[in-house]
Amino acid sequence: MAERGGRGSGGGHGSLDKSITLPPDEIFRNLENAKRFAIDIGGSLTKLAYYSTVQHKVARVRSFDHSGKDIENEPLYEISVQEEITARLHFIKFENTYIETCLDFIKDHLVNTETKVIKATGGGAYKFKDLIEKKLGLKVDKEDVMTCLIKGCNFVLRNIPHEVFAYQKDSDTEFRFQTNHPNIFPYLLVNIGSGVSIVKVETEDKFEWIGGSSIGGGTFWGLGALLTKTKKFDELLQLASKGQHTNVDMLVKDVYGGAYQTLGLSGNLIASSFGKSTTADKEFSKEDMAKSLLHMISNDIGQLACLYAKLHNLDKIYFGGFFIRGHPVTMRTITYSINFFSKGEVQALFLRHEGYLGAIGAFLKGAEQDNPNQYSWGENYAGSSGLMSTSPDVYPMQRTRSGTFDMLEMDRLERPLVNLPLLKDPSTYIPDTVDLTDDAMARKYWLTCFEEALDGVAKRAAASQPDSVDAQERAEKFRQKYWNKLQTLRQQPFAYGTLTVRSLLDTREHCLNEFNFPDPYSKVKQKENGIALKRFQSVIESLDSLGWEERQFALVKGLLAGNVFDWGAKAVSDVLESEPQFGFEEAKSKLQERPWLEDSYSQWLQRLKEGPPHKCALIFADNSGIDIILGVFPFVRELLSRGTEVILACNSGPALNDVTYSESLIVTERIAAMDPVIHSALRDEKLLLVQTGSSSPCLDLSRLDAGLAELVRERQTDLVVIEGMGRAIHTNYYAALSCESLKLAVIKNSWLADRLGGKIFSVIFKYEVPCK
Amino acid sequence: MEPPRSCGDGAEEEKKPRRRGGGADAGPPQLRRRSSGGADGAAGPQPRERGGSVSRQRRDSVRKNRPLFPWFGLDIGGTLVKLVYFEPKDITAEEEEEEVENLKSIRKYLTSNVAYGSTGIRDVHLELRDLTLCGRKGNLHFIRFPTHDMPAFIQMGSEKHFSSLHTTLCATGGGAYKFEQDFRTMGDLELCKLDELDCLIKGVLYIDSVGFNGHSECYYFENPTDAERCQKLPFNLENPYPLLLVNIGSGVSILAVYSKENYKRVTGTSLGGGTFFGLCCLLTGCSTFEEALEMASQGDSTKVDKLVRDIYGGDYERFGLPGWAVASSFGNMMSKEKRESVSKEDLARATLITITNNIGSIARMCALNENINRVVFVGNFLRINTISMRLLAYALDYWSKGQLKALFLEHEGYFGAVGALLELLDSA
Repeated sequence: MAERGGRGSGGGHGSLDKSITLPPDEIFRNLENAKRFAIDIGGSLTKLAYYSTVQHKVARVRSFDHSGKDIENEPLYEISVQEEITARLHFIKFENTYIETCLDFIKDHLVNTETKVIKATGGGAYKFKDLIEKKLGLKVDKEDVMTCLIKGCNFVLRNIPHEVFAYQKDSDTEFRFQTNHPNIFPYLLVNIGSGVSIVKVETEDKFEWIGGSSIGGGTFWGLGALLTKTKKFDELLQLASKGQHTNVDMLVKDVYGGAYQTLGLSGNLIASSFGKSTTADKEFSKEDMAKSLLHMISNDIGQLACLYAKLHNLDKIYFGGFFIRGHPVTMRTITYSINFFSKGEVQALFLRHEGYLGAIGAFLKGAEQDNPNQYSWGENYAGSSGLMSTSPDVYPMQRTRSGTFDMLEMDRLERPLVNLPLLKDPSTYIPDTVDLTDDAMARKYWLTCFEEALDGVAKRAAASQPDSVDAQERAEKFRQKYWNKLQTLRQQPFAYGTLTVRSLLDTREHCLNEFNFPDPYSKVKQKENGIALKRFQSVIESLDSLGWEERQFALVKGLLAGNVFDWGAKAVSDVLESEPQFGFEEAKSKLQERPWLEDSYSQWLQRLKEGPPHKCALIFADNSGIDIILGVFPFVRELLSRGTEVILACNSGPALNDVTYSESLIVTERIAAMDPVIHSALRDEKLLLVQTGSSSPCLDLSRLDAGLAELVRERQTDLVVIEGMGRAIHTNYYAALSCESLKLAVIKNSWLADRLGGKIFSVIFKYEVPCK
Repeated sequence: MEPPRSCGDGAEEEKKPRRRGGGADAGPPQLRRRSSGGADGAAGPQPRERGGSVSRQRRDSVRKNRPLFPWFGLDIGGTLVKLVYFEPKDITAEEEEEEVENLKSIRKYLTSNVAYGSTGIRDVHLELRDLTLCGRKGNLHFIRFPTHDMPAFIQMGSEKHFSSLHTTLCATGGGAYKFEQDFRTMGDLELCKLDELDCLIKGVLYIDSVGFNGHSECYYFENPTDAERCQKLPFNLENPYPLLLVNIGSGVSILAVYSKENYKRVTGTSLGGGTFFGLCCLLTGCSTFEEALEMASQGDSTKVDKLVRDIYGGDYERFGLPGWAVASSFGNMMSKEKRESVSKEDLARATLITITNNIGSIARMCALNENINRVVFVGNFLRINTISMRLLAYALDYWSKGQLKALFLEHEGYFGAVGALLELLDSA
């Protein structure tokens, strides 16, 4: 298991006993509720997939019935923690040597399953059929290897952001993760197992084997074993990574002498693989021969892949199979070869979960009646091992573990997620502003920042459940798990795709959920919403007393001041903890004076003054309490008064003190009771409340609730307002939209402020109009 | 020749259409001797205009519009040197009289022997008789020796005072560059270096046009998919274009030829004859190409390779793959037991099959991409190698469902050398 003990879990290096005892809560999680199984048994690794329901706690808010009660001293709404059942996909990868142990373990822990069959694929499915049937009492139902592989490939391409990466040599970041293209077809899948299969995939159900080659992983292994007397595939790769192929291969410069440059040929090109070993008298080193063999095979595969890509007019080639499976040397040589033969026109792409494709596909085959493809799925960072480092020499421990148990968990999301229709170019949209995989300085800062905040988060989590006897213990487990994730990410920033502030935040949320802290800020939010509501009317009155131009500025200042109330920012949470009186006015006084760090307020004002009212504004809200109630709502009210419809989008699930959709419903209802503008807008459906589909403090505009997208289209939305550091700075700062947009936030982190050339509490006010 | 390692971006030259007589790298040779005082070794491009700056000395000596004897064409490859020698048979008594001693001795030496030193061989069966070249009648001899004996060859030229003959030695292949300096210092000879692809195509077209002593130079295998009925038959290559020319030497070059003047290098692969021989040496301890082929002819590759039927128990119908197809070359060698049970002959055979199938596969893809359906295989890998030729014929026919035809030429590896000789004559 990759995750446990990013450090300090010494010993056991490569010597795991076959009779290992499996800790049930860490491997094969939720097995007791497993509904369906699939297994993919390859030459050396087994991948087990199962689908289970997960019972976990969710915080629910429910409005009190206030009729005839004293509203003054009651909390605004009731918070209850309820059990919810959701679906999760588990994938576990382990060496074939553990298969019996694992089957026994599964048998012992399988309680509630009703299934009678297990879908099986992979070359080993035949070999282990009897064993599986005997041990599990399930009927083995075999599925075609390639069909499973492609189904699995389509699934990860569609559901896992940053699934795809290009390998880059001589770079700080070995992997260059790709944005998920909205249209994944057509592509070429080159599977390099013992041989090579080249498959053209055109649609979900349409694919064609267009060619192959017998020179593949088996050739490397078989021929390599003969040449070097080295038996193991991994050891052969190790040898290859140390060898000099030029001692064995005949290069162009060996044929041309020193004069090759006259031909425009590079002298280092291989003229003839093994062309120097045409003698019985000379000894060649194992390393050199292994390296030469690796180049020969990688080049050959790359060349054929390019020839097929050219014939079929394709420019994306995904590589998979055991020859690739995360091995840096083979990724490097294949990438080199593809670049060489295609002259850069074709890209060699690899998949983070390549090893799971067959198992995922087999599972999907068996689960067709559950329509898994109708849902969106999300990688659960808490339950997934992540990509191992490709440098075996640097982290031998991690590699050893990764070979033992590696896991992927995916949560079924309540609703399908789609692109925001207003994205200018969905295929190039990158939510995140800073790529921490690339930017080592930023990475160090943020990892440290999250480490330093961890104790506080754990403490708050425990405190949020004062009645629970094991809250302390769970909080400690959470702390440990997230700490380990952070350590893993220090060494392998690419483990879950591009490392970003968003992924760090999301991982923390996943870990909190994992240990049943569904909403540590629920009480804080409840209290703050209550306090802010009481001030709503006076804020409105004072705004209404202002002249038009003054009011516009006050509204924007209110939005910004509201945004100071962010428990996710340490500078703020420290203030809020120590100064309970800190309020709206105090926040306003903290704000930077104009001109702001990013300041297009004048253009915005001019737009309001001179342009027609917007048809419909989509507003992504940030924090609970003062932010939504005293900042966002007055702004919404002004837009409504101008004749602009408003779609107010809040998170589906909790994250920090961000306002959730269900909280926003109650808050809006309360405001409507006080304010006729809001009241009539709600009644006339000019103000619409929707959920984003997300539970992240950041915002990925390419994965939004389908209902929201539909509404945006229907109402012809022509203004998008994105508020808050998470949504407008860490993400979407550079997002290009096809309509007008406002991105505003207060920078509540001095390091970030410094980076952007400002100070803490600097203001970002970015009004953008798409160029025509 | 293909890719490699650690070189930045080596092969811009690929796929650039190359027109003979056109670009700087494709023109006919400039003929120069050291004494002419040309800018030898200068890095800049040499003037390449046909009939361009020919030295005075040379012009004086081509009164009869043909170069001085002896007429050689040399192709110095990575493994083998190919030498063609034109032996004039119409020497008049007067000429005989005039013939300098050195020249006579070279002629006698070459034509009265079939082996030279311990490694030089004259392929007597390939000799072209009664050929007319530049108005002279004679026989064309085909001689080969390993490239590592090149220094001895130059030494011999020096001892026979080759340089005193004031002839030009036209050479192609990488060795023309590699050994240029040795020719200069050891042999006092200035090589006329020629583009190897130009020479190759020129040689192929010429030899095919003159035929093989009354027989067809080009042939194919009829019924290649049927071992019983398969037979070698002549093929008329009268109208050769377009054709894909696959030259299998140590490495492989693939050219698409659209006309005499218009061709391009499509691609190449480093898995060629050198790979077969090199791997055989490592795997079996053999020391000659002939030995490797002999072993291969006695082995069984299915013990070494994993076939489709080894994995699927029969055909893999989902993809229309026959059970006999190789799924993984050397795939059975992943198993220790099987490694211990195979013979050297089996390994040699598997190596041969692997390399041959791969060349067939790449050639087939190139033919499809270039929309050409005739593929001519040449190069010394095919010498005495019927197994590979029949396998290429079979593979092309089977996988293209009969759309592609594999053709072969009797003079396999000598076309570059022939092309070099022709350049010598053309230059006059």
